[in-house]
This record gives sequence, C-alpha cells and structure tokens, in this order.
Amino acid sequence: MQLTKTLNRIDVKQVRKDFPILKREINGKPLVYLDNAATSQKPQMVLDTIVNYYKNYNANIHRGVYTLSAEASALYEEAKEKVKTFINASESREIVFTRGATEAINLVAYSFGKINVGESDEIIISEMEHHANIVPWQELCIEKKAKLRIIPITDSGELLIDEYKKLLNGKTRLVAIGHISNTLGTINDVKEIIRLAHEKNIPVLVDGAQAVAHTKVDVKDLDCEFYVFSGHKMFAPMGIGILYGKAAYLEAMPPYQTGGDMIERVSFAKTTFNAIPMKFEAGTPNVEGALGLATAIDYINSLGLEQMHEHENEMLEYAAEQIQKIDGVKLIGTAKNKIGVISFIVDGANAMDIGIMLDTMGIAVRTGQHCTEPLMDRFKIPGTVRASFSVYNTFEEVDVFIDGLKKAISILK
Amino acid sequence: MTIAEIENEIVDEFSFFPDWTDKYEYIIELGKKLNGYPEDKRTDSYKVKGCQSSVWLVTDEDGGNIFFRADSDSTIVKGLIALLIRTLSGKSPDEIINAKLEFIDKIGLKQHLAQTRANGLAAMIKQMKMYALGYKLKQKQNS
Repeated sequence: MQLTKTLNRIDVKQVRKDFPILKREINGKPLVYLDNAATSQKPQMVLDTIVNYYKNYNANIHRGVYTLSAEASALYEEAKEKVKTFINASESREIVFTRGATEAINLVAYSFGKINVGESDEIIISEMEHHANIVPWQELCIEKKAKLRIIPITDSGELLIDEYKKLLNGKTRLVAIGHISNTLGTINDVKEIIRLAHEKNIPVLVDGAQAVAHTKVDVKDLDCEFYVFSGHKMFAPMGIGILYGKAAYLEAMPPYQTGGDMIERVSFAKTTFNAIPMKFEAGTPNVEGALGLATAIDYINSLGLEQMHEHENEMLEYAAEQIQKIDGVKLIGTAKNKIGVISFIVDGANAMDIGIMLDTMGIAVRTGQHCTEPLMDRFKIPGTVRASFSVYNTFEEVDVFIDGLKKAISILK
Repeated sequence: MTIAEIENEIVDEFSFFPDWTDKYEYIIELGKKLNGYPEDKRTDSYKVKGCQSSVWLVTDEDGGNIFFRADSDSTIVKGLIALLIRTLSGKSPDEIINAKLEFIDKIGLKQHLAQTRANGLAAMIKQMKMYALGYKLKQKQNS
C-alpha cells in the first residue's frame, strides 16, 4: 500500500509547469499563491481549450443547422457528460450549467422554494456556511414566513450531529449543508447528514464548492437531492458552475429564469417549457466555461484526486506543524477530518495587516471573514488569516510563507 | 509648513525604502506611535464608513484650525492615518479642503493598496474634508 502511494506521488515540479501564472513575480518576489480556497489557478490546457473554442468552434449552440453550431453543441453536451461521470450522476440531464455554486443555490432556493416552502416551514443550514448558502435561504424564509434553523458547531469546528438530529422535524423542507468549510477546512460527514434527513423524507442540498477539487464526489453514493459547485475552484474558468439535481426533483421544479433555449413552444397565449436540464438554462450559455470545466476535469483525472488530496494533506500537516510553533498564533478550525485550509489569528496583530505584509513578500493569502460572518461571530473574532493549498504548492513555499509570517508578526508586534 | 511642503517631506522619507516590506514597516512604525484617541469616542457614531477595518475619527477646532485624532484596529491603517494627520491636522478649513494629497500617489500607495483598502483611504480623506467643509460653513454663519 505504502509502495503504491509512493509510486503515484504528485510530481509537483512537473505540475507547476502546467500553470503559467506561477512564474509571476509579485513585488519582486516569486508568487506564492496560497488562496486556493478562493479560486484555483488555471493550467495551460484549460487556457488552450478556451482559445481553441473561439478559434475553431464558436457558434451559438442548439440553434443552428450548420456544422459549426452542431459541433459547438456537441462539445457542450460532451462537457455535460464529463461532469456527469465526474460526480457519478445517473444521467446527464441531471446536470445544469450555472454561473457558479452561488447561482445554483439561488436557483434551488427560488425554484424548489417556490413550490415546497410555506409559512412556518423550516430550512436547516449550519453555523459554518458560506454566505452563498445562508442568504438565499434567509431571503426565501423572509418571503415565505418560514424559519431558518442553524446546526451549531464545536470549538474545533465540527458539526454537532446530535443538535442536528433535534432540528429535523415534520416542518423541515430542506437541509442545505456545506460539504467542506471554506474557512475551517472541515470535511462534514454529509453522507450521514443526508441519511438522517432521508429517515424523515427530507431532501438535502450539498454545497460542494470547496469539495470537488479535493475529494471524490459521488452523488449516487451520497444520495443527495442537490449538489452544487463552481468550476473556478477546480482549475476551470470563472463563471461556470454546476447544479446537480435528481431528475424527479428538477422535473417538478418551475424555471428559475425564462427566455430562449429553455422553452418548448411560445405563443402570446401560453409558453411551455423545455425538458430538463434546458428548462434551467435560459439564454446563450457559457460554452467556453463548460468546455474549460470539461478540460479541468480531464486535468484532475490525469493527476488523480486521491494523489492531489494526499499532496495537499502533506502541505497542511507540514504548515500546521510549523505555524503552531509561532508564538501567539491560534488555529481556528482544528477538525480531525479536514482539507488543506489553515485559518488562524495572531495575538496582537491584525489579520489584514498580516495579509498586506505577506503580499509585500509575494505571498497571497486571504484575510477577513471569508464570506462566513456568522462563523466569525461564533468564534468571537473579527476575521482570520487563511492559507489554502493546492496541488501545485510546495514545501519550499510553505517555508517561505512561515518565514514571511514570522517576519510580518515581528514587524507588527 | 504648508501642506504641500509636508507632502514633499513624506515623499522624500519614503524614497529611502527600497522595497514594499520596508515601506510598510515604516507605516507600521508610524501607526504604533499614533496614540491619544479618546476612549469614550470609540463608538459607532465616530466610525468612518467605507473602510475594511474599523476606523474612528474625531475633530477639534482651535483658533480657526482643525485638529484630527483617529484610531484603527489595523496598525497599517493607523500608519496611513498618521500620515494624513501629519499633513492635515492643525490646518485651516480652506487648506484642508484644497489639499491635493498627491503624496499618496507619489509614494505608490494608491496602486499598491488593494481596491477596498484604497477606498478606505479615500473614505478617511473624504471624512476629513467633510469636517473641514462643515467648520467653514459654521464660521461663515457665525460671521
């Protein structure tokens, strides 16, 4: 077992060659990019796909009878097929292209919420959700006079499953839960969360924005009703994302936006809508994004998700060990099961100031609330510094980051 | 010294520092030295809106000139405030309103600070100029 692992190790030097941006210098120093939880960098093959599409295939899809349009349509559908296989969905019609995870959640909140949520009904989310998995539900609850119920977390940043069980009841219409926390890195046991909800026939939406680039997602195994994610966090372009929905659910839901391509027949008296997934893809879609996402999936498959995860784990362990030795540093989010995300605060030094000082040394980290303000309130802190790793990060970069951090702290204190 | 002279002095000082780490180290030193903000005025009504970090600003008037005191939870922002106070505090309303504050651009701060932070800087300057304008109008009414 150990031998196989060693043989399949990520060749990080080789991987880095795939990402042109990593050659950049910032403030005269080599870029150390540690904000991968916000967005990943893009490999050359994804960039090539985008250029190649516009150079050779650009046409509006699903409309033209001519060759170019047919080719573009075929590529778009192939991309959908690839996403289907990537997350192991049953059929490609269960895959809806969206602008990102945010739009996918908004789509479900609007469309599923429209027909399934009413006065005094309840929707369950958790204390560690990203704003994208809070505000759409909050708005829906205000509109429908429904209630938002919150699963609390432990000090280490793990869901309190017993509290969750107590929240599930006959009024619960949906559970919307993050697969992996963007701020804490905690991997939630979504399979168990889904199983518990299903015991009471409650559907579950999983926000997989942080998960898809780090862990194998199998929607059939999870058995969730909805799974959403963004392409740009998994080496694909910005502006493309996925809503996976079980066919029966998507079929029952009304359209989110209306317009071209999502209709079956339009007259001034009445319009009928197209079948899923087209029903949810009004207007000209982001074809270059879809194709870029398909190539990103090829790229991930070529490296191997398990190997990527193992590499990132090594970065995490190495960085966590170093960082804890620094006086005054406190880690926020110490769950047993987590991905390569390190959030921390420093006694006597403002998070933003640390971020600015690190930037002068070419190191890109995220500072602030990370779109998880309620989570910051939970820990009673104004914000954290967050370093998040990807497959192209190296031990040397971790060293640069740790040295930079020590320097920043000594200047600031 | 006029505001323009103080600005030139600041530009000169910053030219000594070869890279941005050093420039910020200097800003941080300035921030650490900025003290004396009245504790009872660390409230929301004295907060400057539009800054990513918390910034509090109070003004006093003495002999027709305006004096600023300010504080922030960010040492770097405090350093930036210290530069603004050094330039604008103790000056007449007209001088403050007309101050060009070109040093921000000249030392490269404007392009270097992230957009949101630059907005914070702009918000502080706007707030200081608004106070000056307020005093000027009050002086006019009284005369």
